[in-house]
Amino acid sequence: MSNVNVEEPKSLFIAPVSKPAPGSVGKTGTWRHEKPVINEEKCVKCLLCWLYCPEDTILRREDDMVYVDYDYCKGCGICAKVCPVNAIDMVPEG
Amino acid sequence: MPVKLRDFPRTHFNMPGNAACPGCPETMGLRYVKMALGDKAVLVIPAGCSSVIQGISPKSGINFPILNIVFAAAASAAAGMKAGFEMLGRDDVQVVVWAGDGGTADIGLQAMSGAAERGDDIIYICVDNEAYMNTGIQRSGATPYGAWTTTTWTGKKEHKKNVPFIMIAHDVPYVATASVGYPQDFIEKLRKAATVKGFKYIHLHAPCPVGWRFDPGLTPEIAQLAVKTGMWPLFEYHNGKLKISSFSRLYRVKEKRVPLKEYLKLQGRFRHLKDSDVKILEEYIDRLWAWLDLLEKAPNPSGTARDLLGK
Repeated sequence: MSNVNVEEPKSLFIAPVSKPAPGSVGKTGTWRHEKPVINEEKCVKCLLCWLYCPEDTILRREDDMVYVDYDYCKGCGICAKVCPVNAIDMVPEG
Repeated sequence: MPVKLRDFPRTHFNMPGNAACPGCPETMGLRYVKMALGDKAVLVIPAGCSSVIQGISPKSGINFPILNIVFAAAASAAAGMKAGFEMLGRDDVQVVVWAGDGGTADIGLQAMSGAAERGDDIIYICVDNEAYMNTGIQRSGATPYGAWTTTTWTGKKEHKKNVPFIMIAHDVPYVATASVGYPQDFIEKLRKAATVKGFKYIHLHAPCPVGWRFDPGLTPEIAQLAVKTGMWPLFEYHNGKLKISSFSRLYRVKEKRVPLKEYLKLQGRFRHLKDSDVKILEEYIDRLWAWLDLLEKAPNPSGTARDLLGK
Protein backbone atom coordinates (compact mmCIF):
# COMPACT_ATOMS: atom_id res chain seq x y z
CA MET A 1 0.00 0.00 0.00
CA SER A 2 2.84 2.34 0.79
CA ASN A 3 3.93 2.74 -2.81
CA VAL A 4 0.50 3.89 -3.97
CA ASN A 5 0.99 7.45 -5.00
CA VAL A 6 -1.75 9.45 -3.37
CA GLU A 7 -1.65 13.12 -4.08
CA GLU A 8 -1.68 15.12 -0.89
CA PRO A 9 -4.51 17.63 -0.66
CA LYS A 10 -3.23 21.18 -1.10
CA SER A 11 -4.67 22.32 2.19
CA LEU A 12 -6.58 20.52 4.89
CA PHE A 13 -7.58 23.75 6.53
CA ILE A 14 -9.70 25.76 4.17
CA ALA A 15 -10.76 28.75 6.17
CA PRO A 16 -11.41 32.36 5.26
CA VAL A 17 -8.51 34.52 6.46
CA SER A 18 -8.67 38.29 6.92
CA LYS A 19 -5.56 40.44 7.18
CA PRO A 20 -5.32 43.56 9.37
CA ALA A 21 -5.87 46.67 7.27
CA PRO A 22 -7.37 50.12 7.82
CA GLY A 23 -10.96 50.62 6.82
CA SER A 24 -12.41 47.14 7.30
CA VAL A 25 -15.91 48.69 7.27
CA GLY A 26 -15.06 51.60 5.01
CA LYS A 27 -14.38 55.25 5.78
CA THR A 28 -15.85 55.57 9.28
CA GLY A 29 -15.30 59.33 9.22
CA THR A 30 -18.80 59.63 7.76
CA TRP A 31 -20.25 58.49 11.13
CA ARG A 32 -19.13 61.74 12.73
CA HIS A 33 -21.43 64.47 14.04
CA GLU A 34 -18.71 66.62 15.58
CA LYS A 35 -15.08 66.75 14.54
CA PRO A 36 -12.11 67.32 16.86
CA VAL A 37 -9.99 70.35 15.94
CA ILE A 38 -6.59 70.65 17.61
CA ASN A 39 -5.40 74.07 18.71
CA GLU A 40 -1.65 73.72 18.16
CA GLU A 41 -0.82 76.81 20.22
CA LYS A 42 -2.43 75.38 23.35
CA CYS A 43 -1.12 71.79 22.91
CA VAL A 44 1.53 70.75 25.46
CA LYS A 45 2.34 67.44 23.66
CA CYS A 46 1.37 65.26 26.65
CA LEU A 47 0.05 62.61 24.18
CA LEU A 48 -2.96 61.74 26.38
CA CYS A 49 -5.34 62.13 23.40
CA TRP A 50 -3.10 59.79 21.40
CA LEU A 51 -3.11 57.30 24.30
CA TYR A 52 -6.87 57.30 24.87
CA CYS A 53 -8.10 57.50 21.24
CA PRO A 54 -9.92 54.18 20.70
CA GLU A 55 -9.60 54.37 16.92
CA ASP A 56 -5.90 55.15 16.48
CA THR A 57 -6.93 58.20 14.45
CA ILE A 58 -4.87 60.67 16.51
CA LEU A 59 -1.44 60.52 14.88
CA ARG A 60 1.94 61.90 15.94
CA ARG A 61 4.33 64.01 13.89
CA GLU A 62 8.09 63.78 14.39
CA ASP A 63 7.99 66.52 17.07
CA ASP A 64 5.09 64.73 18.88
CA MET A 65 2.55 67.34 17.76
CA VAL A 66 -0.70 65.45 17.14
CA TYR A 67 -3.07 65.60 14.19
CA VAL A 68 -6.33 63.84 13.34
CA ASP A 69 -7.01 61.29 10.61
CA TYR A 70 -10.43 62.63 9.51
CA ASP A 71 -10.99 59.73 7.11
CA TYR A 72 -11.60 57.36 10.01
CA CYS A 73 -12.25 59.50 13.13
CA LYS A 74 -15.71 58.57 14.47
CA GLY A 75 -16.02 61.77 16.52
CA CYS A 76 -16.52 60.16 19.94
CA GLY A 77 -14.93 63.17 21.68
CA ILE A 78 -12.68 61.25 24.08
CA CYS A 79 -9.63 63.30 22.97
CA ALA A 80 -11.38 66.57 23.83
CA LYS A 81 -12.46 65.26 27.25
CA VAL A 82 -9.07 63.89 28.33
CA CYS A 83 -7.05 66.91 27.15
CA PRO A 84 -5.69 68.58 30.32
CA VAL A 85 -5.34 72.04 28.67
CA ASN A 86 -8.57 71.96 26.57
CA ALA A 87 -6.62 72.27 23.33
CA ILE A 88 -9.15 70.15 21.38
CA ASP A 89 -12.53 71.60 20.38
CA MET A 90 -15.42 69.55 19.08
CA VAL A 91 -16.78 71.47 16.07
CA PRO A 92 -20.15 70.42 14.55
CA GLU A 93 -19.80 69.00 11.04
CA GLY A 94 -21.08 71.44 8.44
CA MET B 1 8.92 49.91 35.16
CA PRO B 2 6.89 53.04 34.36
CA VAL B 3 5.40 53.36 30.90
CA LYS B 4 6.76 56.32 28.88
CA LEU B 5 4.42 57.49 26.12
CA ARG B 6 7.16 59.12 24.05
CA ASP B 7 9.02 55.83 23.64
CA PHE B 8 6.21 54.14 21.71
CA PRO B 9 6.73 53.94 17.93
CA ARG B 10 4.53 55.98 15.56
CA THR B 11 2.67 52.97 14.15
CA HIS B 12 -0.94 51.85 14.12
CA PHE B 13 -1.61 49.79 17.26
CA ASN B 14 -5.19 49.23 16.18
CA MET B 15 -6.60 49.48 12.69
CA PRO B 16 -8.74 52.60 12.15
CA GLY B 17 -12.00 52.19 10.29
CA ASN B 18 -13.17 49.14 12.23
CA ALA B 19 -16.77 48.37 13.15
CA ALA B 20 -16.61 49.44 16.82
CA CYS B 21 -19.05 52.05 18.12
CA PRO B 22 -17.62 55.55 18.79
CA GLY B 23 -15.95 55.62 22.19
CA CYS B 24 -15.57 51.84 22.38
CA PRO B 25 -13.50 50.67 25.38
CA GLU B 26 -12.59 47.37 23.67
CA THR B 27 -10.64 49.01 20.85
CA MET B 28 -8.90 51.10 23.51
CA GLY B 29 -8.01 47.93 25.39
CA LEU B 30 -6.81 46.17 22.23
CA ARG B 31 -4.45 49.08 21.51
CA TYR B 32 -2.94 48.71 24.97
CA VAL B 33 -2.48 44.96 24.46
CA LYS B 34 -0.59 45.74 21.24
CA MET B 35 1.48 48.41 23.01
CA ALA B 36 2.39 46.00 25.80
CA LEU B 37 2.96 42.72 23.95
CA GLY B 38 3.87 43.90 20.44
CA ASP B 39 3.88 41.54 17.48
CA LYS B 40 4.49 38.37 19.50
CA ALA B 41 0.88 37.98 20.61
CA VAL B 42 -1.87 35.85 19.08
CA LEU B 43 -5.47 36.48 20.13
CA VAL B 44 -8.21 33.94 20.71
CA ILE B 45 -11.60 35.66 20.63
CA PRO B 46 -14.89 33.95 21.52
CA ALA B 47 -18.22 35.38 20.38
CA GLY B 48 -18.75 38.96 21.44
CA CYS B 49 -18.28 42.55 20.37
CA SER B 50 -14.65 41.86 19.44
CA SER B 51 -15.74 39.35 16.79
CA VAL B 52 -17.81 42.10 15.17
CA ILE B 53 -15.25 44.90 15.50
CA GLN B 54 -13.01 43.04 13.03
CA GLY B 55 -15.32 44.15 10.23
CA ILE B 56 -15.84 42.67 6.81
CA SER B 57 -13.52 40.13 5.15
CA PRO B 58 -10.87 40.31 3.58
CA LYS B 59 -9.81 43.13 5.94
CA SER B 60 -9.58 42.84 9.72
CA GLY B 61 -10.01 45.79 12.05
CA ILE B 62 -7.90 44.33 14.86
CA ASN B 63 -4.14 44.44 14.41
CA PHE B 64 -3.43 40.87 15.64
CA PRO B 65 -3.51 37.34 14.28
CA ILE B 66 -6.85 36.12 15.59
CA LEU B 67 -8.59 32.79 16.01
CA ASN B 68 -12.34 33.30 16.31
CA ILE B 69 -13.86 30.48 18.31
CA VAL B 70 -17.18 29.49 19.88
CA PHE B 71 -18.30 31.05 23.16
CA ALA B 72 -17.59 28.17 25.52
CA ALA B 73 -14.16 27.15 24.23
CA ALA B 74 -11.89 30.20 24.26
CA ALA B 75 -9.57 29.04 27.03
CA SER B 76 -9.36 25.45 25.80
CA ALA B 77 -8.65 26.61 22.21
CA ALA B 78 -5.89 28.86 23.56
CA ALA B 79 -4.45 25.99 25.60
CA GLY B 80 -4.33 23.84 22.47
CA MET B 81 -2.78 26.65 20.46
CA LYS B 82 -0.08 27.16 23.09
CA ALA B 83 0.68 23.42 23.04
CA GLY B 84 0.97 23.64 19.25
CA PHE B 85 3.40 26.55 19.44
CA GLU B 86 5.45 24.63 22.01
CA MET B 87 5.66 21.64 19.62
CA LEU B 88 6.95 24.00 16.90
CA GLY B 89 9.51 25.41 19.31
CA ARG B 90 7.94 28.86 19.23
CA ASP B 91 8.18 29.73 22.91
CA ASP B 92 8.29 33.45 22.16
CA VAL B 93 4.62 33.59 21.12
CA GLN B 94 2.14 34.81 23.72
CA VAL B 95 -1.31 33.28 23.37
CA VAL B 96 -3.87 35.76 24.67
CA VAL B 97 -7.59 35.13 25.19
CA TRP B 98 -9.62 38.29 24.71
CA ALA B 99 -13.08 37.44 26.01
CA GLY B 100 -16.03 39.49 27.17
CA ASP B 101 -17.65 39.18 30.56
CA GLY B 102 -20.28 36.82 29.14
CA GLY B 103 -17.55 34.63 27.68
CA THR B 104 -15.73 34.63 31.01
CA ALA B 105 -18.11 34.86 33.93
CA ASP B 106 -20.96 32.84 32.40
CA ILE B 107 -20.42 30.74 29.30
CA GLY B 108 -16.64 30.31 29.22
CA LEU B 109 -16.14 29.79 32.95
CA GLN B 110 -15.71 26.01 32.79
CA ALA B 111 -13.11 26.15 30.02
CA MET B 112 -11.21 28.90 31.84
CA SER B 113 -11.36 27.01 35.13
CA GLY B 114 -10.00 23.92 33.37
CA ALA B 115 -7.14 25.83 31.75
CA ALA B 116 -6.30 27.46 35.09
CA GLU B 117 -6.29 24.09 36.84
CA ARG B 118 -3.97 22.60 34.18
CA GLY B 119 -1.74 25.64 34.44
CA ASP B 120 -1.71 26.34 30.70
CA ASP B 121 0.74 29.09 29.81
CA ILE B 122 -1.72 31.69 28.45
CA ILE B 123 -2.86 35.21 29.31
CA TYR B 124 -6.62 35.42 29.78
CA ILE B 125 -8.02 38.93 29.52
CA CYS B 126 -11.65 39.44 30.45
CA VAL B 127 -12.87 42.73 29.01
CA ASP B 128 -15.77 43.46 31.29
CA ASN B 129 -18.48 45.78 29.97
CA GLU B 130 -20.93 44.28 32.47
CA ALA B 131 -23.57 42.86 30.08
CA TYR B 132 -23.98 41.06 26.74
CA MET B 133 -23.58 44.25 24.71
CA ASN B 134 -23.16 42.63 21.30
CA THR B 135 -26.52 40.85 21.30
CA GLY B 136 -28.45 43.77 22.77
CA ILE B 137 -27.50 44.57 26.38
CA GLN B 138 -28.75 41.44 28.16
CA ARG B 139 -27.80 40.89 31.79
CA SER B 140 -24.70 38.80 32.53
CA GLY B 141 -23.20 37.42 35.71
CA ALA B 142 -20.92 40.44 35.82
CA THR B 143 -23.71 43.05 35.70
CA PRO B 144 -23.71 45.06 38.95
CA TYR B 145 -26.66 45.41 41.30
CA GLY B 146 -29.34 47.85 40.17
CA ALA B 147 -28.15 48.18 36.57
CA TRP B 148 -30.74 48.40 33.83
CA THR B 149 -30.40 45.92 30.97
CA THR B 150 -32.96 44.75 28.41
CA THR B 151 -33.59 41.63 30.50
CA THR B 152 -33.58 43.40 33.88
CA TRP B 153 -35.63 46.46 33.04
CA THR B 154 -36.33 47.32 36.68
CA GLY B 155 -32.69 46.89 37.66
CA LYS B 156 -30.71 43.76 38.43
CA LYS B 157 -31.42 42.27 41.83
CA GLU B 158 -28.17 40.36 42.32
CA HIS B 159 -24.61 41.52 42.83
CA LYS B 160 -21.73 41.26 40.36
CA LYS B 161 -19.92 37.93 40.21
CA ASN B 162 -16.37 38.49 41.37
CA VAL B 163 -14.33 36.55 38.81
CA PRO B 164 -10.85 37.77 39.93
CA PHE B 165 -11.51 36.24 43.37
CA ILE B 166 -12.61 32.99 41.73
CA MET B 167 -9.27 32.97 39.88
CA ILE B 168 -7.33 33.70 43.08
CA ALA B 169 -9.03 30.65 44.57
CA HIS B 170 -7.60 28.62 41.64
CA ASP B 171 -4.15 29.49 43.00
CA VAL B 172 -2.84 30.60 39.59
CA PRO B 173 0.46 32.53 39.53
CA TYR B 174 -0.92 35.88 38.34
CA VAL B 175 -4.30 37.59 38.73
CA ALA B 176 -4.85 41.32 38.22
CA THR B 177 -7.61 43.85 37.71
CA ALA B 178 -7.16 46.79 35.35
CA SER B 179 -9.20 49.58 33.85
CA VAL B 180 -9.24 51.33 30.46
CA GLY B 181 -9.17 54.58 32.45
CA TYR B 182 -5.60 53.80 33.55
CA PRO B 183 -3.79 52.51 30.44
CA GLN B 184 -0.30 52.81 31.90
CA ASP B 185 -1.31 50.52 34.77
CA PHE B 186 -2.86 48.01 32.33
CA ILE B 187 0.23 48.00 30.08
CA GLU B 188 2.52 47.47 33.07
CA LYS B 189 0.41 44.55 34.28
CA LEU B 190 0.38 42.96 30.83
CA ARG B 191 4.16 43.25 30.55
CA LYS B 192 4.54 41.67 33.95
CA ALA B 193 2.08 38.88 33.09
CA ALA B 194 4.08 38.13 29.92
CA THR B 195 7.12 37.28 32.07
CA VAL B 196 5.22 34.91 34.37
CA LYS B 197 4.94 31.23 33.42
CA GLY B 198 1.55 29.60 33.87
CA PHE B 199 -2.04 30.80 33.72
CA LYS B 200 -2.40 34.59 33.93
CA TYR B 201 -5.73 36.32 34.41
CA ILE B 202 -6.37 40.04 33.91
CA HIS B 203 -9.84 41.51 34.42
CA LEU B 204 -10.20 44.75 32.45
CA HIS B 205 -13.04 47.08 33.39
CA ALA B 206 -14.48 48.61 30.20
CA PRO B 207 -17.37 51.11 30.38
CA CYS B 208 -19.55 50.74 27.27
CA PRO B 209 -21.22 54.00 26.10
CA VAL B 210 -24.03 52.16 24.30
CA GLY B 211 -25.03 49.72 27.02
CA TRP B 212 -24.39 51.95 30.01
CA ARG B 213 -26.15 54.88 28.35
CA PHE B 214 -23.61 57.69 28.52
CA ASP B 215 -21.87 60.16 26.20
CA PRO B 216 -19.17 58.27 24.20
CA GLY B 217 -16.60 60.92 25.14
CA LEU B 218 -16.84 59.95 28.81
CA THR B 219 -15.46 56.38 28.54
CA PRO B 220 -12.10 57.09 30.30
CA GLU B 221 -13.70 59.39 32.86
CA ILE B 222 -16.30 56.82 33.93
CA ALA B 223 -13.64 54.11 34.07
CA GLN B 224 -11.59 56.35 36.37
CA LEU B 225 -14.63 57.16 38.50
CA ALA B 226 -15.28 53.44 39.00
CA VAL B 227 -11.80 53.19 40.53
CA LYS B 228 -12.12 56.42 42.52
CA THR B 229 -15.45 55.43 44.09
CA GLY B 230 -13.99 52.06 45.11
CA MET B 231 -16.45 50.19 42.87
CA TRP B 232 -13.58 48.73 40.84
CA PRO B 233 -10.43 48.24 42.96
CA LEU B 234 -7.21 47.77 41.03
CA PHE B 235 -5.02 45.05 42.47
CA GLU B 236 -2.43 42.51 41.54
CA TYR B 237 -2.03 38.97 42.91
CA HIS B 238 1.36 37.53 42.12
CA ASN B 239 2.74 34.29 43.59
CA GLY B 240 0.32 34.27 46.48
CA LYS B 241 0.78 37.92 47.43
CA LEU B 242 -2.00 40.43 46.90
CA LYS B 243 -1.03 44.07 46.36
CA ILE B 244 -3.38 47.02 45.80
CA SER B 245 -2.14 48.94 42.74
CA SER B 246 -0.92 52.51 43.10
CA PHE B 247 -3.94 54.14 41.42
CA SER B 248 -6.31 52.45 43.89
CA ARG B 249 -4.27 52.70 47.08
CA LEU B 250 -5.79 56.00 48.20
CA TYR B 251 -9.33 54.62 48.08
CA ARG B 252 -8.63 51.93 50.64
CA VAL B 253 -9.79 54.49 53.20
CA LYS B 254 -13.55 54.89 52.99
CA GLU B 255 -13.53 58.65 53.59
CA LYS B 256 -11.14 59.25 50.68
CA ARG B 257 -13.45 57.64 48.11
CA VAL B 258 -15.43 59.81 45.70
CA PRO B 259 -19.19 59.62 46.54
CA LEU B 260 -20.76 56.73 44.62
CA LYS B 261 -23.50 59.00 43.24
CA GLU B 262 -20.90 60.84 41.12
CA TYR B 263 -20.31 57.58 39.26
CA LEU B 264 -23.95 56.52 39.06
CA LYS B 265 -25.45 59.81 37.89
CA LEU B 266 -23.43 59.86 34.65
CA GLN B 267 -24.92 56.54 33.52
CA GLY B 268 -28.42 56.10 32.14
CA ARG B 269 -28.52 52.47 33.30
CA PHE B 270 -28.58 53.63 36.95
CA ARG B 271 -31.11 56.44 36.38
CA HIS B 272 -33.95 54.72 38.25
CA LEU B 273 -31.91 53.92 41.40
CA LYS B 274 -33.41 54.92 44.74
CA ASP B 275 -31.34 55.99 47.76
CA SER B 276 -31.90 52.53 49.29
CA ASP B 277 -30.36 50.93 46.18
CA VAL B 278 -27.34 53.24 46.37
CA LYS B 279 -26.92 52.15 49.99
CA ILE B 280 -26.91 48.47 48.96
CA LEU B 281 -24.20 49.25 46.39
CA GLU B 282 -22.17 51.13 49.00
CA GLU B 283 -22.39 48.15 51.33
CA TYR B 284 -21.19 45.96 48.43
CA ILE B 285 -18.14 48.21 48.03
CA ASP B 286 -17.35 47.99 51.75
CA ARG B 287 -17.62 44.18 51.61
CA LEU B 288 -15.35 44.06 48.57
CA TRP B 289 -12.68 46.09 50.31
CA ALA B 290 -13.00 44.04 53.48
CA TRP B 291 -12.25 40.95 51.37
CA LEU B 292 -9.26 42.67 49.77
CA ASP B 293 -8.02 43.75 53.19
CA LEU B 294 -8.14 40.15 54.41
CA LEU B 295 -6.26 38.87 51.37
CA GLU B 296 -3.70 41.67 51.51
CA LYS B 297 -2.92 41.13 55.19
CA ALA B 298 -2.33 37.43 54.75
CA PRO B 299 1.35 37.19 53.74
CA ASN B 300 0.58 34.31 51.39
CA PRO B 301 -3.04 33.09 51.40
CA SER B 302 -2.29 29.64 50.00
CA GLY B 303 0.92 29.39 52.03
CA THR B 304 -0.91 30.42 55.20
CA ALA B 305 -3.42 27.67 54.64
CA ARG B 306 -0.59 25.15 54.32
CA ASP B 307 0.97 26.45 57.54
CA LEU B 308 -2.32 26.06 59.39
CA LEU B 309 -2.58 22.46 58.25
CA GLY B 310 0.98 21.80 59.39
CA LYS B 311 0.05 22.85 62.92
